[in-house]
Amino acid sequence: MKYCAEFRDPKVAAGFLGIIRSLSEKLDKNIFLMEVCGTHTMAIYRQGIRTLLPDKVGLTSGPGCPVCVTPVEFVDKAVALARMPDVIVTTFGDMMRVPGSSTSLLREKACGADVRIVYSPLDAVSIAEKNPGKRVVFLGVGFETTAPTIAASILDAGKREVNNFFVLCAHKTMPQAMSALTADPDLQIDGYLCPAHVSTIIGANAYIPLSAARRIPCVITGFEPVDILQGIAMLVRQITEKEARVDNQYSRFVRPGGNPQALDILQRVFEPCDARWRGLGVIPGSGLAIREVFARFDIEKVLNIETEVPHEPAGCRCGEILMGKIVPSDCPLFGKACTPEEPVGACMVSSEGVCSAAFKYGD
Amino acid sequence: MKSDLILLGHGSGGKLSHQLLDEIIIPTLSGISQKNQNDAAVLPFSGDRLAFTTDSYVVDPVFFPGGNIGDLAINGTVNDLVMSGARPLAISVGLILEEGLSIKELRFIVESMRDAALAANVSIVTGDTKVVTRGAADKIFINTSGIGVFEHSLKIEGNRAKPGDKVIINGTIGDHGIAVLASREGLELGVDILSDSAPLNGLVLDAIEKYGEHIHALRDPTRGGVATTLKEIALQSGIDIELEEATLPVRESVEGACSILGLDPLYVANEGKVLFVVDGGMADDILHLLRQHPFGREAAIIGQVVQAQKSEGRVSLHTAIGGRRIVDMLSGEQLPRIC
Repeated sequence: MKYCAEFRDPKVAAGFLGIIRSLSEKLDKNIFLMEVCGTHTMAIYRQGIRTLLPDKVGLTSGPGCPVCVTPVEFVDKAVALARMPDVIVTTFGDMMRVPGSSTSLLREKACGADVRIVYSPLDAVSIAEKNPGKRVVFLGVGFETTAPTIAASILDAGKREVNNFFVLCAHKTMPQAMSALTADPDLQIDGYLCPAHVSTIIGANAYIPLSAARRIPCVITGFEPVDILQGIAMLVRQITEKEARVDNQYSRFVRPGGNPQALDILQRVFEPCDARWRGLGVIPGSGLAIREVFARFDIEKVLNIETEVPHEPAGCRCGEILMGKIVPSDCPLFGKACTPEEPVGACMVSSEGVCSAAFKYGD
Repeated sequence: MKSDLILLGHGSGGKLSHQLLDEIIIPTLSGISQKNQNDAAVLPFSGDRLAFTTDSYVVDPVFFPGGNIGDLAINGTVNDLVMSGARPLAISVGLILEEGLSIKELRFIVESMRDAALAANVSIVTGDTKVVTRGAADKIFINTSGIGVFEHSLKIEGNRAKPGDKVIINGTIGDHGIAVLASREGLELGVDILSDSAPLNGLVLDAIEKYGEHIHALRDPTRGGVATTLKEIALQSGIDIELEEATLPVRESVEGACSILGLDPLYVANEGKVLFVVDGGMADDILHLLRQHPFGREAAIIGQVVQAQKSEGRVSLHTAIGGRRIVDMLSGEQLPRIC
């Protein structure tokens, strides 16, 4: 078992498609399943899964692209930091091209700002160590999957006394956003394909309150094509049986209680806070803030970051796309004013953004 | 050009690179239409034809698993000549050295260039060396130009793909890009992925000698990868290309690295690969011949050319599980300074 080819096996995929088709005949209405996670969105487009599903089973893309849900004022703050003397901004690559109110980090870099792409926040700690005369700020964006690595980098910097490493923190947590979406009367969500990586950290049990309170079927699903088809089949089965529980398709990695080590460092470094999501607004308890004991690593506590008044790009409908209310082709900018080369909204920038997936792989 | 600044993406080999070439560089310097752009220019010369090409190399790091900037600079220019169907004859070398480069490293690079030229049976006949202050270049940048001669009267160009043609590649995709990236970022992938950097003159010229009239287009899928290169051919020829994912040769290690890094092997650079667009009826024979060659052992038929559905040529992919998706040119910058 090498966990690659086995989960891309056309015969196994065809088997699950058969199950989905026969189950869908029992449905009394069209259903919409939301894939919450951006990696799912990308995999679904890349594998052409929408082209294979019966008409009654629709897929809606959710707000699980961390770059996309990061509000424009965060980019403005990152730009303001990049323009300060003796500051090195470090980030995962996707944030580079996200348009802020008037510029992007990529543009600032082309103009001379020191902005560096790293593959791990621990690399940012090393950069700080090598540049003692500079402030090195890591852009902390992402869900429960990435947040533990940022927590670990803060602990690491503390232990090694790297006092010029900082985080601009905008971490978010998934179940609260899913709960907020389910409460939206304008949205039809009949089941959730729950995120795979997030769930390896928070565990399957984390969705039980959501599923029970909102009577909504949830299936934690892996990213390979066979995983996704099996996850859809499990959701359709719950719906036809009028069930609403949490099933775990991705049991090879996700445990009921999650990853205790990761949860422990998350808990030590961060505390819950209210957070603003692009498109969804402020969702109570859906963010992670750096705890007071680690305030010396929180750049917003250390420096006063002044930005212009943030404004979303005119005509951009990323917000409604992130909530699954419209599809990319409904946005008047899609593919015209907004393309991967000249993105207007974040959903076109990120490699996990639904507009980027639809533009790149869509028909 | 929408952007008022040069961004790294303008060097990606993808859409932004095309924008830069099509809107500023080509209209100002040459005016050649997109349909007629190929890896080398073909020039009339005393009743005969010469191929002429140039390329610059800025790869970071200079040394990577499977090669270095020196052999890459020779192989790349050899391959660009070969893609027009010409036999490489002579190469020029321009070196831009950064103050402080170690002589030991320079010697190693230059020796690699000599060895690569020997292996490709091409002579290095002229050159130039400049040194710039520290920081004005990164260790070493190399420009090579090459000329080649045609030993046949065939026209092998990106605008000659026809419905019914098949697409063949001579081996696994994505090796070079992943090897360079892994080495640059110090990624521990558990296995060594080597660059596929290689001179393709032997493989390609053998195929032309035997099956030349059935070979319609040849192109090396370097920056932008197989996806971007096939999209260029589809646009130039006004045809659609359908790829079969199940037939794409990808090493398990490259596939795994791409999964971890969120990359698609179809967009990752190659330096020892060539795409053949050939007569459908002769594809199996050509495949058989390629597989006899050391650089073609894992050759495969990966797709076919069909009538265009819309006005501009499209590339699509049948996924292994039976789905279908569009394959567009590379957008933005995937991996800067890959060659």
